[in-house]
Amino acid sequence: MDTTAWDVGQAKALIEREVRAARAFLGDDGADQSALLPILQALQHHFGFVPPEAVAVVADALNLSKAEVKGVVSFYKDLRTSPPGEHVVALCRAEACQARGAEAVAAHLERTHGLAPGGTSHGVTLTNTYCLGNCALGPAALIDDTKLVGRLDLHAADALVASLTPGGKS
Amino acid sequence: MKLFIPADASAQSVGADEVAQRFTAEATARGRQVTIVRTGSRGLFWLEPLVEVDQDGGRHGFANVRPDDVPGLLETVFGGGTHSTAIGHVDSHPALARQQRLTFARVGVIDPLSLDDFRANGGFEGWARAQHLSPENIVDEVTASGLRGRGGAGFPCGLKWKTAASAPGARKYVVCNADEGDSGTFADRMLMEGDPFLLLEGMRIAARAVGATHGFIYVRSEYPRAVQVLRRAIALLRESRFLGPAFDVEVRVGAGAYVCGEETALLESLEGKRGQVRPKPPLPAHEGLFGKPTVVNNVLTLAAVPWILEHGGAAYAALGMARSKGTMPIQLAGNVKYGGLYELPLGVTLRQLVFDFGGGTASGRPVRAVQVGGPLGAYFPAKLLDTPLDYEAMASNGGILGHAGVVVFDDTVDLARQARFAFEFCALESCGKCTPCRIGSTRGVEVLDQVARGVDVEKNLALVKDLCTVLTDASLCALGGLTPLPVLSALQHFHEDFTRRR
Repeated sequence: MDTTAWDVGQAKALIEREVRAARAFLGDDGADQSALLPILQALQHHFGFVPPEAVAVVADALNLSKAEVKGVVSFYKDLRTSPPGEHVVALCRAEACQARGAEAVAAHLERTHGLAPGGTSHGVTLTNTYCLGNCALGPAALIDDTKLVGRLDLHAADALVASLTPGGKS
Repeated sequence: MKLFIPADASAQSVGADEVAQRFTAEATARGRQVTIVRTGSRGLFWLEPLVEVDQDGGRHGFANVRPDDVPGLLETVFGGGTHSTAIGHVDSHPALARQQRLTFARVGVIDPLSLDDFRANGGFEGWARAQHLSPENIVDEVTASGLRGRGGAGFPCGLKWKTAASAPGARKYVVCNADEGDSGTFADRMLMEGDPFLLLEGMRIAARAVGATHGFIYVRSEYPRAVQVLRRAIALLRESRFLGPAFDVEVRVGAGAYVCGEETALLESLEGKRGQVRPKPPLPAHEGLFGKPTVVNNVLTLAAVPWILEHGGAAYAALGMARSKGTMPIQLAGNVKYGGLYELPLGVTLRQLVFDFGGGTASGRPVRAVQVGGPLGAYFPAKLLDTPLDYEAMASNGGILGHAGVVVFDDTVDLARQARFAFEFCALESCGKCTPCRIGSTRGVEVLDQVARGVDVEKNLALVKDLCTVLTDASLCALGGLTPLPVLSALQHFHEDFTRRR
């Protein structure tokens, strides 16, 4: 995942963009606060995570308290408050993937590659996720929020890690 | 020469893009004219990547194609020979021929972002009829169809629309719940990726029926491909003026909270708040998004509407059984040989699904448990597999139909572990608003851990049952309220897994 150093000007421009889009669609009907989630997602997309400095800036722009903004940031699992590794692997741990061997994949990633959920190793961050909608072709993982991988058996998991770690083919 | 290759996320997850790229490269190298149409998926996932070729007036399929198969395939396709991946005429494949695809008729067939394809295959016919009906008559048609909420709750759609239509207010909303979080489900995703115009047509009809001017589609972030396709589809429909000042739609993306699939939590999330459940009443149909009358419907509910308007509510109600009318896009997943999307009239039994359609387990071992309806659904043992997929029949066997995800487990499954997972998932995803769900789920994990260690097993299992009663009776929404279903069904049908010494 690309990360960019905190820049208040860039943050304000992103906030402005999302508020304008929400107002254009909704008019007066709750538009500003309804832009909060899109704003936080835009900030994460740009900076790689939601920097702690952003909370006050967002609160100020939307006329919310810092507690309200922080409460939203902490509620949603997608929103990160620290920079991730170069790549993020979200491994599905839900029932349909469990039935197809996801638990063995998770154990293998931890044992063989030192990748535990929530941790980062060799630039790869592993997270747990619950259903990627690939339930007939599991085990499944989502790479860098965009690329879905299916039929992720132990062998495929090794290949995936190799392709994501520095020195491996990307 | 015309080729059809899915650009559905599931097909992409096993290499469909690489296959498409290779076809382009190899065809160019051979100086051949090849048109590649990127479709949705047919939903026969064990065959993906499934490449189809337009030949002799039909579409012929090639299954599990790898990039290295492409040169050989091109020779076959152009030379009229055979190839090891050939599966023949796709429409007559038994897995498709036995389905009754109303909602999914175009998915996997057309280019999802071609308005010409959409129109040429029956698109906008429902809207064409709805346009000439009064809003009341649209609601009547949907009521006559017997359509019930496909998200899981099964609430009669016509009644919901009628309530929102009669609620006073100049500003109303139609919100599409595309936060398909249940494990074992992917029908919403496939529909959004494979026929997005159908969903938007359904939303436009709903908006006319209730008098709404604004719509949202709330899609989970785990579905990036669906988000991309929907945004493009909306832009195309704005250009063609199907969407615009009378009714317009925006896509909003979730942020990894399962509970936002609960309609009031979803509305809170859209308003920029923590996705916490609101007590009902007021119903969203009276006071929903920003306090305005709001219809919240699942993707499959809205996508069923154009067919109902085109063919009439009675035609839809003629399908299905008892109070479960019409077809259901059933998702067969987990440890099953032929997993995928099966749109069938409601009333098909679990046994037919798992064995006749699914071919048993993928591992080849005996089927031991089938979970129906996602993480809040019950585990069915082999002896209950004759239960039909029908809202009431599932309920009378201690389960739910839910969003019709069917997950198969073989005999290596440990149901005590699955019961623990149900509590763990509830604890992880609880919005925190009500105590039974927030605290009870964690206590449930702890008590089942005691059981696993063999500590006071029967006493602790009694405690689990007691805890489940509290969750069922006192939780604010279905997350806490239905977590007892997987736990209690595991306990009832697979008691030996809880008492086995480890």
